[in-house]
Amino acid sequence: MAQILQLDGVSKSFGAVTVADGLSYGLAQGEALGVLGPNGAGKTSMFNLITGTLMANSGRISFEGEDITGMSAARRSRAGIARSFQVPQPFTHMTVFENAMVAATQSAGLSGREAERLCLDVLDQTELLGKANDRAGGLTLLNRKRLELTRALCAKPRLLLLDEIAGGLTEAECTSLIATIKSIHASGVSIIWIEHVVHALMAVVERLIVIDFGRKIAEGEPRAIMESPEVQEIYLGIEADA
Amino acid sequence: MDFVNAVVQGILLGGLYALFAAGLSLIFGVMRLVNIAHGDLIVLAAYLGLTTTVVLGVHPLVALIVVVPVMAGIGYVLQRGVLNHTLGDDILPPLLVTFGLSVIIQNALLEGYSADPQKMDAGVLETASVALGPLSLGLLPLLTFAIAVAVIAALQWTFYRTPLGRAFRATSDNQDIAQLMGLNKRHVFGLAMALALAVTAVAGILLGIRTSFDPSVGGGRLIFGFEAVIIGGLGNLWGTLVGGVILGVAQTVGATINPGWQLLAGHIAFLVILAVRPNGLFPRISG
Repeated sequence: MAQILQLDGVSKSFGAVTVADGLSYGLAQGEALGVLGPNGAGKTSMFNLITGTLMANSGRISFEGEDITGMSAARRSRAGIARSFQVPQPFTHMTVFENAMVAATQSAGLSGREAERLCLDVLDQTELLGKANDRAGGLTLLNRKRLELTRALCAKPRLLLLDEIAGGLTEAECTSLIATIKSIHASGVSIIWIEHVVHALMAVVERLIVIDFGRKIAEGEPRAIMESPEVQEIYLGIEADA
Repeated sequence: MDFVNAVVQGILLGGLYALFAAGLSLIFGVMRLVNIAHGDLIVLAAYLGLTTTVVLGVHPLVALIVVVPVMAGIGYVLQRGVLNHTLGDDILPPLLVTFGLSVIIQNALLEGYSADPQKMDAGVLETASVALGPLSLGLLPLLTFAIAVAVIAALQWTFYRTPLGRAFRATSDNQDIAQLMGLNKRHVFGLAMALALAVTAVAGILLGIRTSFDPSVGGGRLIFGFEAVIIGGLGNLWGTLVGGVILGVAQTVGATINPGWQLLAGHIAFLVILAVRPNGLFPRISG
């Protein structure tokens, strides 16, 4: 299967602090990859490097066979990479619908009716349609998280990066989120998902990597990885089959 | 009757001030840039209008067809070439650079056009008037006010009803996230400055028809623009129109009481509003 994303020896440090240390892995077209690691391991920084918010000190990142290492965040977004943030960052002064429309018109490059259609479909899927005309700044945490996902989907991504999107949700909310992400995955979108809510991750991903100190310390089939000593050490107390 | 007349004339004058202010307001709203050279750009537009009318032999209002796109082009190049490099967490660099730009424009105009006051000839439009009961309203001030309302309405529509406006607002709201949504902020800022200077072109031409101008008058227009923006509340375009009107009325009423009080009355009105409502009359809801 063709690779959609490939990282080769990607490193990034801020002075003495290393957030990525020779990271290398690939993601197959249509694959769902889970990322585990303790807080401060460099998981979110890895997303910043993939989306272009951070530029790598060394190494190479390619997307759909094209070297994107030096490409701007805006161009990577238009190329088909979208992400959600762990701490939701909506355009607070704009409505929910307008937030979605920015992604649909600028990132996905749609216009007029086509863009509106997509936004309404996605808002329906993420259960935000009733809030479409509310100002994003006034949303509750759950709805802000939904808006993160909405905006990412309205960009019509081929690679979707999810950053702890299940954190802080109730059991019922989490179940419906898992269903939504499964259907996104089923539609052919490749996914990398950073998540501490392990059972949510296990329900969707086909492969896991574990990151600590900016390095990949384990990679493989989810259940085997969860039972490996490295992960047991890091995730002492978290049950894989919860 | 004098008083009523002064108020009506002041309202119409406020339209011109709102046009001075609209570009300033737009730029501050989108990229938090305070453009000290704004007044000089208005004067530059007036001179470009003058040159166009002389060279092509056209009416000043027809010159808008040339000056508006030229100023928009200057705006885009200025933003991409210079001002984008000054934007960051610190607000001082753009202030200093636009101050320098102000000096450069004034001196370039002095060099090119001399210090002699100039005026654009708009023919019968300058003296024509319509009677409204006992009042006689100049056609030019009426037209200016109508253009101001139309420009503000168009800007408002652009901001809230078009993809470009959403791009402006998204970038204003959160630059980093806007980049992740595929927006190139340098380009967006360039477009915002182009739009602002297109409005400035209209303001400059109407200024040059209404009064005589020379390279040094930009500073005064900048102050009127600032006062209108702040009275109306930052980031509120209709508020800016109201701010311009309040400033205009204060000036004409002041001048009616004593001709020497025109500018003073405007500044006093501004200071009073600033003291009572530090965020202006209609600040944008934040949060």
